[in-house]
Parts: sequence; structure tokens; C-alpha cells
Amino acid sequence: MSNDTRGTSYAGTRTLINRRSVLIAAGASLASGFIPSALAQGAPIRIGLQAHLTGIGASYGHWYDKVSKAAVKTINDAGGIGGRPIELIVEDDATDAKRASEVIEKFATQHQVDFVFGPLFSHVAASSAARAGELKLPLLVASETSELAAGNFNRYVFQVGNTNVRSQVTAVSPWIVGNVGKKITMIVPDYVFGYEHRDVFTETAKKAGGEVSAVIAISPAETSFTKYFSQIPQGTEAIYHVMVGPGVLTFVRELGEYFSGKGPKLFGFIDSLEAVDIASPGLEFLEGSHLWEGFPRYAEGLPTEFAKNYRTAVGIDDNGADAANPGDISTASHMFGCWESLYAIKQGVEASGYKDNKDKAKFIEALEAVTSFDESDAYPQGTKTFIGKTHQSFGRQFISRVEGGKLTVVHTTKIEDSMYETTADYTSQPF
Amino acid sequence: MDIGPKILLALLEGTVGASVLALTALGLSLVFGVMRIINIAHGELVMLGAILAWAIVQYIGGGALIGFLAALLVAPLIVGGFAIAADWLVLRRVGYDPERTIVATMGLLFLAQQTVLMTFGPDAKPVEPPLYFRINFPWFGYSGYKLIVVAAAILLIAATWFILSRTRMGLYMRATQMDSEIAQTFGVPVRQIYATVFALGAALAALAGVLVVPIQQAHYLMGADPLLLSFIVVIVGGLGNLRGTMLAATVIGIGEGMISVLLSPTLAKIVATLLVALVLIVRPGGLTREEPA
Repeated sequence: MSNDTRGTSYAGTRTLINRRSVLIAAGASLASGFIPSALAQGAPIRIGLQAHLTGIGASYGHWYDKVSKAAVKTINDAGGIGGRPIELIVEDDATDAKRASEVIEKFATQHQVDFVFGPLFSHVAASSAARAGELKLPLLVASETSELAAGNFNRYVFQVGNTNVRSQVTAVSPWIVGNVGKKITMIVPDYVFGYEHRDVFTETAKKAGGEVSAVIAISPAETSFTKYFSQIPQGTEAIYHVMVGPGVLTFVRELGEYFSGKGPKLFGFIDSLEAVDIASPGLEFLEGSHLWEGFPRYAEGLPTEFAKNYRTAVGIDDNGADAANPGDISTASHMFGCWESLYAIKQGVEASGYKDNKDKAKFIEALEAVTSFDESDAYPQGTKTFIGKTHQSFGRQFISRVEGGKLTVVHTTKIEDSMYETTADYTSQPF
Repeated sequence: MDIGPKILLALLEGTVGASVLALTALGLSLVFGVMRIINIAHGELVMLGAILAWAIVQYIGGGALIGFLAALLVAPLIVGGFAIAADWLVLRRVGYDPERTIVATMGLLFLAQQTVLMTFGPDAKPVEPPLYFRINFPWFGYSGYKLIVVAAAILLIAATWFILSRTRMGLYMRATQMDSEIAQTFGVPVRQIYATVFALGAALAALAGVLVVPIQQAHYLMGADPLLLSFIVVIVGGLGNLRGTMLAATVIGIGEGMISVLLSPTLAKIVATLLVALVLIVRPGGLTREEPA
């Protein structure tokens, strides 16, 4: 027995040495092939994508990954950033806040990237933001958290593509109260993202002459929803719903079953239906209801040349699904944030003359000096007003009506509708 | 909503919850009772059943009913086959040692979860109910399919009961549960019984998965919830005690429905977990057992 063990471990060591030498040889041959071409274009800029590839945000992560790879390819094909190609490194954070800070650490120490972008879920983004600040690593979140503009993050964190929850809600509240109903029950996910919706809408609905009569918070990991609906008070005219997580389709279906088509009117945030086919069985009752969109899923909702080019590059069809697999519905209202984050990094690097991470401060100051990201192939969602002090973009929002199992944009807000007063000033923080 | 309709909704939700729970916990309890191992991957077997149901319905096409019936037949067979393979490749190799099987089945959990994520992707997959009708109460609407689930679960539990109490195979299983060594000396093929029980437990979990998929959608993370609740039920009912498991599933399922609707769903989970602690302190052998096990 003991002889056996020794024999095995000996064999194990031998294989290890073999493997290692093979690896070294492979590495050397790879490097020798790689260096000349890399030099011709300049050393690559290393950018990390922190994606929710697994966990409850996996539907989003799948598309964040896809969009980012498409953007990197488009930028590199057009000559890269200031002549240097982007090297994209993707890490999975499992939609988990603890894992998120480890991923940031891994990007900083192991991968030694220049920039990181991509976290979406607000509790995950908050954790990444804190660690990125400590490690002084520029991070562009593709999130919707209002914490950044509230001054709760740090100078290293930006949000350039996605408008935050507070401004989305501020922009659409008057329309909801005016067109859907005045006595409103909110159904929101039971974590910070849901609380932002609750707090902001309660305030803005009141300003617009409406009233939030109940708030029902549901865990994003929940799988069965009917039991919550008995809490909806009588006399509710409108239900404001914004759910996330794997159970979203069940949520919307059970909502329809419960009211049997004669309940209150619905206004939802597309989060309740991201990555879900609007024409899914059981969703017929949504017909005629309204949804907020950050970027229209259907091509006719945003018929610009820029949006068309973006769709082609990412590989989504006119229905917002994977062109190669029409059953794979995109997370259109969120994922454009990755595309625009990468272009903002490009803009910041080129404006500041960034060479390596010693120029971080110059990069940050260059982004802070931006006042507007203009609608273009780089920013296909539309022009955004950017506030350097709060590191936050404000863009237009879309309200769509479900018609024939599709979404039709019926109202587009102005950028001013989404702006609100903030007192944060990151530019006064030291680097 | 008034209290009357609320109680009706709570009872409906509770009964549906209880029947699915009973079906899932039955498999877990059976495996523990006969093999004395704790199968951490049990929830994933529910998930595999659900995902396979989706895949089979997609593959067959031609009407929700035909696809769904095919899934009811095929999914438990595939998942049962997976269980036999796992028994032969993993559990037998670690000698059914209680501690090592916990770690081994945890490995199976990740294996099943990540394989499904890599092959079927992260999105929830909807399956149309085979028979769909909505019951319109004056206060709210309710999916008629959910009541079919209750009937199907009762039928399956009765069938399992029949196998255990009226067939030779069932006799062997009960003998193995009482004392596997003595059973073996009397000629019971204990190894085959282990494999059969593990497969049967897996097939029951898969059937639960197929039945719930039109209500919940198939998703690679959906195994966590049934696992936790089945564990609670099996502990409260007394590990390996099938009658206790059924009783506990009914009490916890309906109790959870009641508390969820009348008070709050979070409170329901807290109460269920506290109940486990209470039962472990007061009646360590489970609700129905007189002596501590």
C-alpha cells in the first residue's frame, strides 16, 4: 500500500514536470509569434469585464459578455484605442457582492488591467466600487445605481452609459400618474435596487399628483408570487412592477392569472421582462400595458443609423433577439452600457494621452471634463448629459406599449426630465 | 381583500406547495431511510427534471399535452439513469460513508448545475401547461393547472406507497432500511436495492420538476429552494420516516401558504426554519416518532 502511494506521487511529480516544460515551451512559442504583431500596433490596453456570468444575474451577464466582445472587436478593427488594441479579460462575479470585490482585486493584482467595467446589480456594483477605490483602479459600472450620483462611491467610479434609477423614475413618473393611474401599488425586489425605486417613486408620484398606497418587496430569488398579491390594496388603479432574477416570467404570468384581465392597469420596468419573449405563453394579458425601456428592444423603437450599426455589430435582430438564435432574447435596456463604457474609456484615453496606469489621474480628469456624450456609433442609445462632479450620465428614456406581443415606443422623455439636483462632488476628492 | 378570500387563496397556495413538497421530500426521505445517506444534490434532480421537460417539449413539438406526457415518462427515466450512474461511479466508491457522501453529492450538485448552465444557458425556460384553464373566483383568478399538480402528486405518492408496501421490491427496501446486514444474509440484493432506491428517489424528484415547470419555468438555480424545504420536511417528519415526511409536508406546506398570504412570505420561511429547531429540541426523532432515533 505504502509502496503504491509513493509510486503514484512519483508519477504525479513526473507528469507535473512534463506538463510544466510543455507549458513553458508553448508559452515561449506563443510569445515569439505574438510580440512582433503586438509591437506593430503598440502594446495592448488591458480592460477587465466584471460580468454576472452565473448567479441570479446570469441572463444579463451572458449579454454583457456578448456586447463587450462585439464592442472590442469593432474598436480593434477600427484601429484600437490610440493605435493600441484592447485586450479584454472577462471574470465572473457570480452576481455576488463578496465575490465582486475579489474579482476587482484579481483584476488589479493578477491581470494588472488598466480599467474595469461591467458590474450591474447595485449591491454587487457597490462592493466593486469600494474595492476599486481602495486599489485606485478606474471602474465604469454598467449599473443603474443611484448611489454613485449620491456621492457614496469614490473618484475612481463612473457611470457613463446607463442612467440611474433615480433619474429613470424621475423622468417617467409624471407620465405614469397622468396616463396609467393615480392610486399606485409598487412591487419591487427586496434589496437596494428595489428600495431606490420605492423611495424615488413615492416622492415623484406625490409631486405629480399621485399616491403610492402600498409597496410589496419580494426577494429576487423567489420562485412563486401569487401569495404576495393578496397584499395589493383594494382600489389600486395601477401596479408599478419592477422585478429581477430568474423568476421574472413566473412573476408576470402569475400577476396576469391573479387579476384575470380585470385588475388594475400595469406599468412595469422592462427588468421584469428582460431576456423574456413578450410573446411567451401566458403573457397575453400584458397587451396594452406599458413598460419603461432604457434602449428599445425592437428596432423600430429607435430607427437611427447608429442603433442599426450597433445591432448589427452585437448580432441582434429587429426583435432584439440573437440573430443566430431567435429564442435568445437580449437584455437590450441594460447591455448597451457595456458598449458605451468601452467607448468612454477610448475617449478618455485618447483625450488624456493615457499611456499606462501612472496616468490614471489624467484619465479620470479627462472624463470629468466631458459635458456630453453625443449620439454616434460610440453612443447609440442617444446623447447624454454628463455631470463631471457626480460621474453620472443622464439620457433619454423610453416608454413602450405592448402591442401584438411586441413593444412599441409611445413616449420618449427629454434628457432634462431625468435630471435632478445633486450635491456630490468627486472632483474635490484627492486621487 | 377580505379575510375569507384571503384564507381561500392561502389554502390553495398551501395545498399546491404541500403536494409538490411531499413529492420532493418523499424521494429524499426514501434515500435517507434505506441508504442512510444525505443527498445534497436532491434539489438538482428536481431541476434536471424541469430542464429535461422543457427540452423534451421543444424536441417533440406538436401540442403541449403530447410533449408534456412524453416528458412525464422520459425525464424521470433519464434522471433515474443519471442517479444509477452516480450511485455506481461515486457513491459506491466512497462506500456510502455518510460524511463522504455529503461532499460527493455536493459535487454532483455543482456538476448538474454548471452542466445545465453551460448547455441550456442562464435564462428561465417556460413550458406551457398541458391543460390550461383559469378558475375565476369573484376575488381573484387561479390557475387550474395548479390543481392538476395536486392530483398528480397524490397519485404518485399513492403509487410509491403501493410499491413499498405491496411489492417484493418494496419488501426488500423495507428490510434494507431496518437492517441492511441482516437483510443481506437473508438474500436481499442490497447493492441493487441501493441503486434502485437512489434511482426511485431521483425519479420522484424529476417528476416533481416536470410537474412544477409549467408553474415556475425551468432554471439552473431552481434546485436550491426545493432542497431546503425538503430537508426541513424530512427533519421535522423524522429522517427516513415516510409517514412522518408526508405529515410534515402537509403541515409545513399549508402552514407556509397560510402565513405567506395572511402575514408575510418571509415570516413563513422563518417560522418553518424555527420549527426545525424546535422539533430537534423537543422531539429529536421527528413529529411522529415516540423515541428519539
